[in-house]
Amino acid sequence: MDLELMINSFPKLLNASVITIKLLSLSLFFGLFIGLFFAVMRMSKNIIFNKFAYGYSYLFRGTPLLVQIFIIYFGFGQIEFIRNSFLWIILKEPYWCAIIAFALNTGAYTSEILRSAFQTIKKGYIEAGKSLGISSKIIFYKIQIPIAIRQSLPAYGNEIILMLKGTSLASTVTLMDLTGVAKYIISTTFKPIEVFIVAGSIYLFMTFIIHNLIKFLERKYNY
Amino acid sequence: MELLAFGDTGWGDELFYATLMTIAVSITAMLIGFLFALIFTPLKLSKYKSLNLIGNFYTTVIRGVPELLVIYLFFFGGSGAIMFVASMFGYYEYIEINAFITGSFAIGIISGAYSTEVFRGAIQSIDKGQFEASKVLGIKKYIQFYKIILPQMLRLAIPNLSNVWQITLKDTSLISVTGLVEIMRQSYIAAGSTRDPLFFYSFAAVLYLLLTFLSMKLINRLEIKYSRGF
Repeated sequence: MDLELMINSFPKLLNASVITIKLLSLSLFFGLFIGLFFAVMRMSKNIIFNKFAYGYSYLFRGTPLLVQIFIIYFGFGQIEFIRNSFLWIILKEPYWCAIIAFALNTGAYTSEILRSAFQTIKKGYIEAGKSLGISSKIIFYKIQIPIAIRQSLPAYGNEIILMLKGTSLASTVTLMDLTGVAKYIISTTFKPIEVFIVAGSIYLFMTFIIHNLIKFLERKYNY
Repeated sequence: MELLAFGDTGWGDELFYATLMTIAVSITAMLIGFLFALIFTPLKLSKYKSLNLIGNFYTTVIRGVPELLVIYLFFFGGSGAIMFVASMFGYYEYIEINAFITGSFAIGIISGAYSTEVFRGAIQSIDKGQFEASKVLGIKKYIQFYKIILPQMLRLAIPNLSNVWQITLKDTSLISVTGLVEIMRQSYIAAGSTRDPLFFYSFAAVLYLLLTFLSMKLINRLEIKYSRGF
């Protein structure tokens, strides 16, 4: 055990985890909207919308996240049309490519979580709202969404933790996130165990915080 | 389509073998995972707090740390660990372990943590009466496990194990960072030499979709087989 290396690498790794947190929070933010969008689409009676949303979630859940990042980062740069358009400003940055891939990926999982949450809402709630003369728009925003959010909290908590682990793939497209820096230190010092312990502890600490935050929210919104 | 031709001109045969490699790694990793689950599930269900702690430590750490980090640990640490053991026997040459073994071991440990949770949940949801009834009937402990608990457990575990299989299959793409030529690595090589990453990575995505789709079909059959009578 090289304690000195562990102490020295700790601040570097901690610094890198800022990027990890940024990647995580941005992709979750966008992913939530994508997820909600596709969950609503999935529940629509229109068969084209329905099938499209199903295909989207099947595609992103059936392929590895690594493939998705590589297609967006390496693949899209190849298309002349994208290179000449304003999209290129975003797509030439590995940072945004990673966020787009993560957001689309977590969006697919989130849409499944939200869909099943919407489906478990008791019909009585909606019927009660209707019989009180509340418009269906308000029923959706004020009754269905709050209940669905509460229902999906445990599953969504798992998804956040999976996404936290997913952000480590950003290191494959040259981003120096927690895993990227850890790999750099390992490959320069050849002391994998020490670095693994430090980086792993930081990840576990973040998992621990997310886990407890979700538990707190679950208790808060219990009904 | 020319790019996918078999033989020297295209990448068809290379990608075909790479797909076989992905399947081989996934199955090996899944089996290694079962071995780990076989060790850690009893620990998690044990009456003793200290054994519980070991089991919980394993599943919490592995499920809380990114897969890529675990792979780097094995990739950079694996041969070091073996060389350390060898040096105790007076062997000081450089030893390189096969990427297949390191890769499937790393993925196996990850998959094992998920399998452990699945088995634990399945055993815990078996009715207590089943244990008690077999005890009352004087059935021996191992027969009780093989003939009564295991069949019921498998029925409950198969749907969740199919999720573990999907995770394992997708995680094997990460082994490409160690240089093992599976679908991702082969696509990377092909994309590099033809400068057509979009095509090859999309094709890799199709291959993964095909694998997940076909394995789902197979698992559904198993599920039907094991839920006969329910």
